[in-house]
This record gives sequence, structure tokens and C-alpha cells, in this order.
Amino acid sequence: MKPLLEVKKLRVEFPTRHGTLLALDDISFTIAPGEILGVVGESGAGKSLTGAAIIGLLEPPGRIAAGQVLLDGRRIDELDADAMRKIRGKQIGAVFQDPLTSLNPLYTVGRQLVETIQTHLPLNAAQARERAIELLRQTGIPAPEARIDQYPHQFSGGMRQRVVIALALAAEPRLIVADEPTTALDVSIQAQIIALLRHLAREKGAAVMLVTHDMGVIAETCDRVAVMYAGRIAELGPVHEVIHAPAHPYSRGLMGSIPAMDEDRERLLQIDGAMPRLNAIPRGCAFNPRCPQVFERCRVERPELMPAGRTQAACWLHAGAGEVPR
Amino acid sequence: MSSPASTDTAAVEPGALARFFAGDVWYSFRRSPVAIVSFVLVLLCVIAAVFAPWLAPHDPFDLATLDLSDARLPPSWLAEGNPQYLLGTDDQGRDILSALMYGARISLFVALAAVLLSVVVGVALGLLSGFVGGRIDGFIMRVCDVMLSFPAILVALLIDGAGRAVFPNAHETLAFAVLILAIALTGWVKYARTVRGSTMVERQKEYVQAARVIGVGSGRIMRRHVLPNVLGPVLVLATIDVAQAVIIEATLSFLGVGVPPTSPSLGTLIRIGNDFLFSGEWWITVWPGIMLMVIALSVNLLGDWLRDALNPRLQ
Amino acid sequence: MSTLVEVQDLCKTFDVSAPWLERTLERKPRQFVHAVDGVSFAIARGRTLALVGESGCGKSTVARLLVGLYGPTRGSVRFDGQETGPLLKSAEAPKLRRRMQMIFQDPYASLNPRWRVRDIVAEPLREHGILRDRGALQVRVGELLRQVGLAPADASKFPHQFSGGQRQRISIARALATQPEFLVCDEPTSALDVSVQAQVLNIMKDLQREQGLTYLFISHNLAVVRHVSDDVGVMYLGRLVELAPKKTLFAMPRHPYTRMLLDAIPDIHMTGRARTPVQGEVPNPLNPPSGCAFHPRCPHANARCGAERPQLIPREGVQVACHAVEEGRI
Repeated sequence: MKPLLEVKKLRVEFPTRHGTLLALDDISFTIAPGEILGVVGESGAGKSLTGAAIIGLLEPPGRIAAGQVLLDGRRIDELDADAMRKIRGKQIGAVFQDPLTSLNPLYTVGRQLVETIQTHLPLNAAQARERAIELLRQTGIPAPEARIDQYPHQFSGGMRQRVVIALALAAEPRLIVADEPTTALDVSIQAQIIALLRHLAREKGAAVMLVTHDMGVIAETCDRVAVMYAGRIAELGPVHEVIHAPAHPYSRGLMGSIPAMDEDRERLLQIDGAMPRLNAIPRGCAFNPRCPQVFERCRVERPELMPAGRTQAACWLHAGAGEVPR
Repeated sequence: MSSPASTDTAAVEPGALARFFAGDVWYSFRRSPVAIVSFVLVLLCVIAAVFAPWLAPHDPFDLATLDLSDARLPPSWLAEGNPQYLLGTDDQGRDILSALMYGARISLFVALAAVLLSVVVGVALGLLSGFVGGRIDGFIMRVCDVMLSFPAILVALLIDGAGRAVFPNAHETLAFAVLILAIALTGWVKYARTVRGSTMVERQKEYVQAARVIGVGSGRIMRRHVLPNVLGPVLVLATIDVAQAVIIEATLSFLGVGVPPTSPSLGTLIRIGNDFLFSGEWWITVWPGIMLMVIALSVNLLGDWLRDALNPRLQ
Repeated sequence: MSTLVEVQDLCKTFDVSAPWLERTLERKPRQFVHAVDGVSFAIARGRTLALVGESGCGKSTVARLLVGLYGPTRGSVRFDGQETGPLLKSAEAPKLRRRMQMIFQDPYASLNPRWRVRDIVAEPLREHGILRDRGALQVRVGELLRQVGLAPADASKFPHQFSGGQRQRISIARALATQPEFLVCDEPTSALDVSVQAQVLNIMKDLQREQGLTYLFISHNLAVVRHVSDDVGVMYLGRLVELAPKKTLFAMPRHPYTRMLLDAIPDIHMTGRARTPVQGEVPNPLNPPSGCAFHPRCPHANARCGAERPQLIPREGVQVACHAVEEGRI
């Protein structure tokens, strides 16, 4: 299937007084329509930046220094602010972490929805309102005809996030970028929102890019996952494979350090050290100082994503293109 | 500070000065022409003021050196000017340039002392208000509100007037004290409010709670934990406040209720010169006016730059 | 095993009424939040009790009540047999404070950004007069930092030079300075990345083993709780609904809320399992439901649940506050 979103060797830089920091280094992946791709990583890995770069909301002085972002075959990384604004909302919907700040507290929910709908679709006010009510209903808000005229502060956290999702879907976008949509919510609500996202993506055939640090959410929601480390993709593959048979030593360390619900361990697997700062990324493979299986080539040459069993990993252990040695 | 017996000596820990020059504030300063120029100007004025007794070409207050025949001379580059008196003389033969330097000395002294007092009182009350809360907070804030409803000059006039009424024949030191107090009382409210706001934020933070759990008393927490973290905005406010204090003092002196006449400040000089403006001897009032403006402007610009440099969001 | 900490019918009510003027003009009633509403449990020496629950359940308030940051509205906290309330107000307070310490959630706000690490870690030592000599303090600080996996040379740095995980370790070092017996940990790893969390949790477990520490561990993350705790208490809207040894709770959760929580958690190892759909959201604490606080969301609620508040009843080694369980309906 032809991918809806193609990111090719994306590079994002931040010029600072101490020099130029490379925040994203040759990121490449694709998302097909109806597919949910998870982008997971720890703080500083660059996952939120990836989302921001795709939507065109990079905070200056950050800028896209190289690479391409293609939506349905057309480049969107070089568009000016106006053109990008039209694409945002119509083609790309965004859901951010904090529902409190994503909604304008001064306007009713209905007004914000109708405004978004009318900006991108040729509907009159009455039709737009109908559509807004329908959207609220689809996102699971009870009694939408009554609640459409309420203000954001009259909704609870989980409800607000549903409204934000409704807003993101208002113009029927083909791609949804969700950045930590469930992190600020209670566990029981998280489950509901995750189910909602998955259901909507399948039903409308939208592609979803789900950025989060929570592997559990990825496991429940996504089809494929990209594991990011220090601005690069360390591993990319089907969710089940990456979680249960990770090929990259970092992914292995990550999966091992997550406490399991179904077994008892005395100690959690620990990756010593910390993710390198942007101004101190090691030569060769960024993970090499912390890697338990490091060898000489890792310190010199930077690995690209290569086939490694049933996933792809940026790791020289798989240079022979075969199964992962256990 | 590390003990010589320690085997785990760190790399030499950079002192405060080294950290400052490596930091963002110094970097921003180097790149800002406005900041550099205004800082140089302020520095010049301060040096001229502090070292006036040694730098001034004449002593304008030594009656023995005054020569009435040198009175009302225009600046030296005009006809009838005398190169000995660079900016001219006033009606008693005093050298304007020297009077400027001594005048600036008085003005800056009063302004700085007033701002210092203002800061100490304001920060202390703000800390107390923000940290303790409750009725004390309510009371202090109401006092602030009341003070804010009076224009600064009015407050200064009131205190000054009261001071004179209480001490009708006050000698110089007391007069200065009353003046400084008057100006200080116009300015403390903004420090109290700012510090109160910051204190209320810091109070909720977990390092304060950690100190409580350890058992540290409220007074020590306020002084040693909260105070260093709320002083940032105070510096900016104080810088701009100096300019305002200089102007208030000048206004009061211009009105005749500021510094005692034996120690003329820039304001006094402007007043004296005012009488001669219409007889064409403009230099007697204009030079002090320009000096006042330069001081106020450069301090303000410096304060503006400082506020932007210290604002993490703008970086 | 002796009991170190015992909590009886602990209550904390906050007055969140509007200011007097507003209330009088608009005739609003006073409003109270019963953040903690009758909680009782005991922690044996050397063991870890975890309190779990979602936002608003009161677990953080319980933590603060235990260390004396808040005073209880009702009920008592006993430490090593003595009531902490009156003790903390007396001259004997420092002795008590030395024996229990707290670790906070936010690694960025729990260290004073203007203080050097050595002053931060040495503060309890100075405050209690345990050590005064600069050299001795330096040695002890170095020891403490080494205990948590940092270098003694880190003592001269400022907090902003460290990552979140390292700052949390500095917090732990500070908490251990007075050699306490009891540590209250309020979501110590919630703000940390997964791999960093693993490091901190491992350190905490090691320290507990080496020093015989007793922990009260607050968290909303059931997987973490499963890893660190011996006993688990589940809280909902200020009340304890289930209290059980860890293995029992996870293998056979009894209270409907516990079951719902365990079901709802996205877990990387147990995807695709059958789930009961989750109903509703946590109610507004200003207006808690009558009777059992969970009844509006409970699939097993009956008339009694809406009228009578269930008590924690011991049953087969577990304590559950649920009428349905008591009546044998589930």
C-alpha cells in the first residue's frame, strides 16, 4: 500500500551560541493509511521534535536542515507558513499532551469545533454544528447536544481530551499526530482514550503517528513502532516483534527495564549511564558507550537501519542480515 | 574549600566570577551596544560623582575661591567664555561643571540609599507576606494598596513635610535621612508585591517541603531557601528604581523641599538656574538638566537590558 | 515482625470554601474536600507498603500526613509506638524527624536550584547537629553520594548540572543523611524515564536490603508497585478499598475497583487480553457519592452500596471494603 506519510532522512538543527546542535539526525520512516505508528523514546530522544517537524510547528531557532517530509507524495516541509496552516487541520490533525492548554478556555467547545469545521469544509453554520455534535458523539461524550455549548473548564480531563480528539478529527484529516495524548490522564481514562484512537483510525482509515514514552500504550495501540535514541531511530518494526524480540541492544535494555505485571524479578534490567546530550553525541553509534555488546566498529562507523530478523535495527550486530544472536 | 586530605578532589570548582563570565548574561551584554553604552555612561557618572572632590576642577562650595567677577560666564566655546570654566558659571561665580559633579554625587547618594532601604523593607515584607500568608499577608497587602493609591511625589512631600514639622531646625544629616526615608517609602511596594508572588510559588515547591520534613524552621527556610530564589526580578526593579529615585529627588529639590540648600543636588541646581533662563543664561539650568537626563536614561536602559537578559524565555 | 508505623482512622479535610465575602454575598455553603477519609494500616519494620490509586485518591496526602507536613483532622499516626502528632510539636520533634524522611516526585523542584549538592545533602546533618566540622561533613556527604551511585566529586556541582534520575538520587542521599528507619516515597520515579526509573528502583531496593529500611511507596503505576512492594493498599477517593500482600492482590484482586485498575493498565507483556470495559471517571471530590464511593462505576453495585459505606473487613488474609465481597456476591 502506498504510504500516506513519508519521512526521508529528516534532519533538524538548533543553532545556538555554542554551535549548531543536531536534534534529529537522518530520520526515515513511513506510515500507511489506517496504520498506527508509535514513536517511543526517552526524554531528549527527539520524538516530540519529530512530530513538531512534520506538523510544521518547530519552535525557532530550530529548523529543518535537510531531508523531506512527503504527505501523499507531495512535499510539505518546504511550504510557507500560510500553506502549512491550510494543511494543518485539513490534512493533518494534531492532539497534544495537555488538554487544558489545547482548548481556548474563553470559547465554548461548540464554537471551537464549528470554527475548525468551517475553516476546512464548505459547510454552513447549521451543518457544521450538526457535524460537531456527531463528532462529539463519536468520541464518546455523552449527551453531546447539551455539552456542545459548554466551556472547556466544565469538562473533566478525560472528556477534554476527547474534545481535543474531536477537534483534531473535525476536518477529516488523513494523518493524525498525537503527542503524549494520554500522559496527563488517569490510568482508567488512558485505556478509554487509547481504544478511541485505535477505533477512529481504523474506521476512518486515517494514519496515526503516536508519540509517547509509555511502552504499554504503544503495545496496546500501535501496529508498528520506531524506537528513538539521541535523535536517531534505533529500531523500527512490528510492535509485537520489537517488544518481545528486540534486535537493538537499546530496545532490549528498554524492554527489560520495564517492570512486568506478570513476573517477579529481584532487579530490573538497568542500562548504565544516560542518554548523551545533544552537544556530546558519541562518534559512530550513539549508544556505543552504554552498550553491553559494543565492539570496535560501533565506535567508528554510524550504523543505518538494516534488516535484523523481523525488524530493522541500526546496529552493527546485524550487519550480516540474519537472525538475532541470543 | 576542599580539605587537603580528600582523595576525591574534583576539578577546580569555578568560582562565582568565573561562572558569571561564562554565562548567558555576560554574553548578552557583550552583544548589546545599548547595554554597553549605557553601562559606560553610568560608570562615568558614578566615577565623576564619587571622585568629585578630586576630579572637579574647582570646588564650588568653597566661598573663598569664588570670584564674583567670574559670574554668569557662558560655556568656554562661546564668545566671552573662559576656558577655566568649561561649562560656564552661575550667578555666584561657581563653576557649573564642578557643581554638576558634586550635585550628581548628592543625587546618586540619595537615590541609592533610598533604593537600598526600599529593597530591604520591600523584600522583607514581601517574603513574610508570601510565606506566612493569612492575616499578616492580608494586612501587608492592604497597606500596599493604600500606598499605591498615592502618587509618589505626594507621599514624598507628605513624609518630608511631616519631617520638617517634627524637626524644624534639623541639621543636615537628619534632613537627608528624612528625604531618603520619604523616597524609600514611595518605592517599597513593588518589591513587596513581586517578592510575595515569587515566594508563594517557591513555597509550594518540594525543596521547601523537604526542608520542613528535615525540621528546618520557617525563618531559616525563608532566609536560606526562598530568598535566593526570589531575588532575580528584584535586581531589575531596583535598577530602574534608581532612575526613578533620582528624578523624585530632583523634583523635590526643585520644589525646594528636597536636599538642604547647603548641599545642592542636580535638582537644586536646576531650580537655581531656572531663574536665569529668561535672561538668556541658559547654561546654568540646562547642563544639570542634561546630566539628570543622562543618568536617568542610561540607568533605565541598563535596567531594560538586564530584564531581557535575565528572562529565560527570551533566550 | 514488629510494627514500625501504624495509622488509625486517619482523616484530613481541607476547607476549600470561597472567601468569606463571596460566600456571604452569593450564599454559597462552605465546601470541604475529605482528601483522606478514615484510613488505617500498619507497616512492619523492613517492609514496603505501596499505596496506589488515581488522581484525587488521597495517597499523596497520606504521605504528607505521615511525615508531619500536614496535621490530621482526626485519627492518629504512630511511629514505633508513639503518636507523632503531639511529638512533632514538642521539643522531642527533631529526634522523630531524624528517623523518618521523605522523597518527592519532582526531581526538578525537590532540590534548591541555588544550593550546591553538598549543602543540599548536608542540610539534615547540619540542622540536627549531627556533624559540624566541615571536613567531617564533606566525608559523610561523599559517602552518601557513593551509596546512591554518584561520585563524591559531584558534591560541588549545582542541581541543574544533573539529569532527572541523578537528581532523584541526590534526593535519596539527602533523605538517608540522618540514617532514618522509615522513608516515605511520593511517586519517586513517576517523572523519570523508564531506564532511569529502573536504576533508581534498583538502588532503592539495594538500600532497603542493606540498611533495613521501611518504605511507604506512593505510586499510580501498578507495574512499579508490583516490583517494589511487599503489601499494597488501593485507595479511591480518600478511602482504602483493598489492602493485601502483593502477590495476593495481583493474582486475585477482590475489590471491583482494583480489578478495574488492573484491567485498564496498558501492559507490554499482556496485550490482547480480554477486558471489562471501564466505566466513567473519578467523581468530583467536592461531591463524593453516598455510601460506597465507587458505586456509580461499579458493575456489582446494589441498593446497599449506594446507602451504606463499606468498612475494611479482613477476609482470607486480605482486607476489602466492599459489600459485594462481604455478601459473597463476587
